[in-house]
Amino acid sequence: MSKTKLIAATLVGSLLAAGAALAEDKKTIVVSIPAADHGWTAGVVYHANAAAKEVNAAFPNINVVVKTSPSAAAQVSALEDLSAKRKMDALVILPYSSEELTGPVKSIKEAGTFITVVDRGLNDSAIQDLYLAGDNIAVGKTTAKFLVDKLGGKGKVVVLRGIPTVIDDERIQGFKDGLAGSNIKILDIQYANWNRDDAFKLMQDYLAKYPQIDAVWANDDDMLLGVLEAVKQAKRTDIKFALGGNGMKQIIEKVMANDPMTPIETPYPPSMIKTAIYMTAAALNGQAPIRGTVKLGAPLITQANAKDYFFPNSPF
Amino acid sequence: MADIAATTARARRKQGTKLNWTELGPFLALAVLLVVGFLVNPDFLSVNNITNVVTRSAFVIVIGVGATFVISSGGLDLSVGSMAAFVTGVMILFMNTVVHDIGSNAIAAGMVLALVVGAFCGLGNGLIVTVGGIEPFIATLGTMGIFRALITYLSNGGTIPIDHSLRDVYRPVYFGAVLGVPIPVIVSLVVAAAASVLLYRTKYGRSCAAVGANEEVARYSGIPVIKTRVIAYVIQGLCVAVAAICYVPRLGAATPTTGLLWELQVITAVVIGGTPLRGGKGHIWGTVAGAVILELIANLMVLSDFVSEYLVAAVQGVIIIIAMLIQRFSK
Repeated sequence: MSKTKLIAATLVGSLLAAGAALAEDKKTIVVSIPAADHGWTAGVVYHANAAAKEVNAAFPNINVVVKTSPSAAAQVSALEDLSAKRKMDALVILPYSSEELTGPVKSIKEAGTFITVVDRGLNDSAIQDLYLAGDNIAVGKTTAKFLVDKLGGKGKVVVLRGIPTVIDDERIQGFKDGLAGSNIKILDIQYANWNRDDAFKLMQDYLAKYPQIDAVWANDDDMLLGVLEAVKQAKRTDIKFALGGNGMKQIIEKVMANDPMTPIETPYPPSMIKTAIYMTAAALNGQAPIRGTVKLGAPLITQANAKDYFFPNSPF
Repeated sequence: MADIAATTARARRKQGTKLNWTELGPFLALAVLLVVGFLVNPDFLSVNNITNVVTRSAFVIVIGVGATFVISSGGLDLSVGSMAAFVTGVMILFMNTVVHDIGSNAIAAGMVLALVVGAFCGLGNGLIVTVGGIEPFIATLGTMGIFRALITYLSNGGTIPIDHSLRDVYRPVYFGAVLGVPIPVIVSLVVAAAASVLLYRTKYGRSCAAVGANEEVARYSGIPVIKTRVIAYVIQGLCVAVAAICYVPRLGAATPTTGLLWELQVITAVVIGGTPLRGGKGHIWGTVAGAVILELIANLMVLSDFVSEYLVAAVQGVIIIIAMLIQRFSK
């Protein structure tokens, strides 16, 4: 190594050390989330960054660091890097997958870090100090109850489901539970992969197959946008309701405008990451007790309360 | 040396005019599928349903036509789905920017831009493969990741919607029809017809197949191998752009999941259509039939009641393999 390089390296090294020393005085919350690869995760990234900014401004003694990872393996590596580099007082994590992340999070916990798990649980619930999630069963159930009520307990519905996962299964289960006891018949349920184009095609096929459909439920708003386009093209008047779920801003806008076909929405909000970050900050800053499990409800969003769920600047 | 080129050319011309099983195969499979579909559910052959299915095949047809050039010249392009998403995103962002100054002309300007962007994307792929000397599979796997990341970046992972004032003006390009024929279908037919003239009736088309059949022989015959292959990738890029132009008015938005896995559908359509993956031959109309077959199978899965939603993909796989076997053994 030449002399100049050596000097430069020493300088950089001492700067890094100084930075680390400065960070020592602050408590660090590391937020580890999936990278934005579709609408919902894009919302998570947006709200995590917003929460980090707000918490950093509100509490000078807390430093929130957001790290996004494009895959489960990348998330494991990111955790290893982060825990090697700095003292982590708290970790807020939305795990890519339960299986792969359980081990790495456990070893971080053993180093004395406060663990907040969001949305997807780990395989060992003893690891987490706080678990915060939405209610997927309620997403299906709330929607079903609305349809039972508005269709007068009878009618024919078609359902578009996402990708075979626990999230999807729970929503479908909740929907079926909500319809139980009524005379509403589910004509068909097929996968459309939480994808707008697939949902468009599937809805065209449903429309070709069934001459009478009273309502459509796509268990995600991205799919709902495809459904609405297919219904519009077919000019069918039998469809009274086309409903979604999650709380995408384009759909919330429809609810705010009291759209006749999509008058309601059920939230599974990506902003739950914000709730988790705020609560974790409350524990670090004010010793507020937050250990336990928080399950956010999936209340019916109507024109009256839609603005509480509307984030015009969020990508979702 | 020139003799070989002439012989290859003659062979190509002969193949272009003579109907054989490889060329008829996909159309037979298509006919069988239509009959089976009708028996399963008579609604299958309703004008409405067939129109829907053929219209939605347009993207895979148009991109598949481009892929027929790339594959017959001995290449492969895995980036087409991501490229379609990227071109769509750039096109919408551009139209949204200029709409305030030039109004509805933004659509025409956007179309031109899409073609330019598509051509450059294809040129990039072609140069990496030929001048860079990288295996097409690896090179286009790389650009596939690049285009996908770019559309995710441009959209912040969310949606890039088209400006409201353009939405209704542009909508007929997907949903409109001329004399009852949907516009995307007309576009597909025009693209396929132009492509078959190019592939079967021009010097370039014959060079394309010659390069794919045997690169060394083609080189010694004086065919500019690099130029021929690069042009195939540029044609592919242009086709992707045409598909994007028809795609934008359908849902009026680009998202990071736009065009996901289209590359596999496209390659499947090309191969079902009778073009061998190793190159040397191209069947444009076979590709068209292949693309329609793929969409018909998916449509049939929904219209029939006897397949569990969990098994749809497996049944589709079986049907595709059977269709290929029928072609293979009916020769």
